[in-house]
Amino acid sequence: MTFAQRKEKERVAPMRRMTWLIGAAALAGTIVSSAQAGSPSPSQLTTADHRGGKMRLVANAAAGTLDPQINYTLQYWQLYQSMYDGLVTFKHAKGSEGFTIVPDLAEEMPQAQDGGKTYVFKLRKGIKFSNGQDLTVKDVVASFQRIFKVSSPTSGTFYNGIVGADACLKKADTCTLEGGVVGDEAANTVTIHLVAPDSEIFDKLAVPHAVILPASTPPKDQGSTPIPGTGAYMAAAYDSNKQLKLVRNSYFKEWSKDAQPDGYPDEIDMDFGLTEEAEVTAVENGQADWIFDQPPADRLGELGSKYKDQLFINTLTAMYYMPMNTNLPPFNNVKARQAVAYAIDRKATVKLFGGPKLAAPACQILPPGFPGYEPYCPFTKKPGGKWTAPDLVKAKQLVKESGTAGQKVTIVVEDLAPNRAIGVYMQSLLKSLGYVADVKVMSSNLQFTYIQNTKNKVQMSLTEWYQDYPAASDFLNVLFGCDSFHPESDSSVNIAGYCDKAIDAKMKDAQATGITDDAAANKKWAEIDRAVTDAAPAAILFTPKHVDFISKRVGNFQFNGQYYWVITQSWVQ
Amino acid sequence: MTVNLPAAADLAGAAPSALERPALGPWARAAWKLWSDKAAMAALSLFLLIVLVCLLAPLYASQIAHTDPFTSDIDGEITINGEQVALLQPSEEGLGLGSTPIGPTWDITNYFLGADTQGRDVMARILYGGRNSLFIAGTSTIICLFFAAIMGLSAGFFGGLVDTLISRLLDVIWAFPIFLLAISLSIVLIAHGIDIGPISITAGSLWLPISIIGIVYIPYVARPVRGQVLALKESEFVLAATGLGVPSYRILFRDILPNVMTTLIVFVPLMLALNMLTESALSFLSIGVQAPEASWGTIIQDGQDVLYTRSWVAVGPGIAIVLCVLSLNVLGDGVRDALDPRAKLRIR
Repeated sequence: MTFAQRKEKERVAPMRRMTWLIGAAALAGTIVSSAQAGSPSPSQLTTADHRGGKMRLVANAAAGTLDPQINYTLQYWQLYQSMYDGLVTFKHAKGSEGFTIVPDLAEEMPQAQDGGKTYVFKLRKGIKFSNGQDLTVKDVVASFQRIFKVSSPTSGTFYNGIVGADACLKKADTCTLEGGVVGDEAANTVTIHLVAPDSEIFDKLAVPHAVILPASTPPKDQGSTPIPGTGAYMAAAYDSNKQLKLVRNSYFKEWSKDAQPDGYPDEIDMDFGLTEEAEVTAVENGQADWIFDQPPADRLGELGSKYKDQLFINTLTAMYYMPMNTNLPPFNNVKARQAVAYAIDRKATVKLFGGPKLAAPACQILPPGFPGYEPYCPFTKKPGGKWTAPDLVKAKQLVKESGTAGQKVTIVVEDLAPNRAIGVYMQSLLKSLGYVADVKVMSSNLQFTYIQNTKNKVQMSLTEWYQDYPAASDFLNVLFGCDSFHPESDSSVNIAGYCDKAIDAKMKDAQATGITDDAAANKKWAEIDRAVTDAAPAAILFTPKHVDFISKRVGNFQFNGQYYWVITQSWVQ
Repeated sequence: MTVNLPAAADLAGAAPSALERPALGPWARAAWKLWSDKAAMAALSLFLLIVLVCLLAPLYASQIAHTDPFTSDIDGEITINGEQVALLQPSEEGLGLGSTPIGPTWDITNYFLGADTQGRDVMARILYGGRNSLFIAGTSTIICLFFAAIMGLSAGFFGGLVDTLISRLLDVIWAFPIFLLAISLSIVLIAHGIDIGPISITAGSLWLPISIIGIVYIPYVARPVRGQVLALKESEFVLAATGLGVPSYRILFRDILPNVMTTLIVFVPLMLALNMLTESALSFLSIGVQAPEASWGTIIQDGQDVLYTRSWVAVGPGIAIVLCVLSLNVLGDGVRDALDPRAKLRIR
């Protein structure tokens, strides 16, 4: 019986009982008030009240190995946040605050020494792995060596600046990182020595490839065998055809709410094997709490109207773009590339992606809100800071000036619905510019490596880039720097093969500036962004947004700029 | 020409109409038998009608629907009942997420089956897609039967090492699940195409799925042909020809091949149907016909993205495939009944 119902019953009671009732009502009121204080509304519940329950997540497929030093997917990086820790980490907070780097296993952020080439991390005491072992300096040193021993995908790009990394990259088996990562057990410190100052070293140490694992972890890919971690949760079971099950790490004690907060659910299951359609239906029916994959296009309307309260849309620091091979005709001609950039109707590509609520037109390399971002759009009818409309007249004029009309262009796209659609749109567009255009649709498993290898002579492709960490170089240097171009390799992420020595020197200068002066570095990055955008090694299409569809019972949804939904900070009861 | 005619006893139960025309040769008799099979004729008519309609696709697109089924028309509009309607209609409910292509108008001149996710006329694409699907199915059937006939005849007639080599090769192909083999070949070849000596097929060419489909089904035809040749080789008329000193090539082409021809003909509609299904499956998986070319398989794939809201995009080509395969299977039964003497006892 609610308090209101009780009051109504009292109003119709005989008057002769009024005096007694007044006293009783007063007493009841007092009791109910105190009872209400004891069982508050959902918004008044404390952390402890929400603690518990099982959260069920669904995904189309597993994301491969569970080894955090090898896996390079958002799907598991999102989960690793609550399973593993590095010396430093991205703050478990919502929005762009999630880009802040905070000390994690280290007691505090170290000061740069030796001109930015040395950092001394003092480890926190009393932290245990999920197997009960204490975290020690040895584990940290062994983990850094293991990055090279297991040939982590970023060992040659993120960690190659550590002293001794060169030898480790050449001969991984015997990697010691001698003089690079030095432990001092007595002082409980680990010192990292760099070959040269690196303004992004903390970003690189904060990503999952640099998490700390027990020193006894075998130096090879552990596949589906869970590796103990220090986080609030641990993997209890993993079958890549069925389920990944996370349970609480019984040895975990919260040491920093920013770095590794305790979570709400007791168990988190990620089930694999459902189609995107089935995933959506499962969440609609309350059979699942969240879908990892983006909802299919034909369910968006339904979700946006019937389930809008369960839908969260957030802009990503990412881009959909079309690299144009600067070493092959016709795009070895800058005018041909610029013509394409002028001609693309970004509004149309946004529409093909799902509409303006799910993407925003873009025409520069750095995404909005990113360090170094200053609005810039030269390839539009009214050049300025914002894309307005395609300029086909200018585009056709540039094609004419380039003398490339009539040449054959093949566009290689992934076998995903919006990508196929954009590929076909681009084919129509290139035809209208006077090229003989073709589209090649490739399996998602193959396309990204295929378009990187120069042996495949890919002229134009459609791909997307999501930040590894919030630094301008992660877009400009990684995607368009000379060092990222490796001819005849499947791992040449500078897909356009663009290498401008002058711009490359500016990038190195901006990186050096960033060690001491972020603001000045960001100014330089903004200038580089404009220069690379002008050279058009890629046509930037749009900035995508991320859709999270959660079940009714999920509370406290928080979207972190770095790793998206902070799963363990939401509750299911 | 020596043809292994059915014995009189075999014809005892045959239709009177066939027996009333003793002057007819075996081919004419088979044709007459097929002609009198109403189900087979209805199936043939339906199949020919589909082929004809698909052949007229360019005429339909340019003269009736006035659309280009291969070009995106994302911002396009059409007039329905005097009102301008966007081909891709943005959602206006709730958060306004996504857009939905227009559905069927049931007006043959105006997006009869609606538009796909790129604003292209689904009906025109189905007709164009049918041309590719039928072309691939037809050509791969010819390739398959041609090579199967050569291999089956050679293996059965020459025997010995030739038979061993060919039979083992067929065993190897046979050992793979057909779809797994076709998918594997497609994935490998789709990136680079084929470039072996004088044979050069580019990655996006229709000849790539044609070759793959043609090759993977060779054992299905070659093995029965080989078996039949082995039996024919021991028959009296072949032994007599051999005894008379007739050269091997002459026996092979004048005595054995015509007798095997009936088997090959029976296989034509069945292989057409099978190849059409295989092509659709490969194209659905993006490893057959490449965009923006259409086939019924690729259109179904396009329709998968809007299955909830615009099911006709997938259902349309699905119906076309069902009708084609059904008609070919019924026709195949009729052809077999007409050409297989033993089957005559089961016709009526």
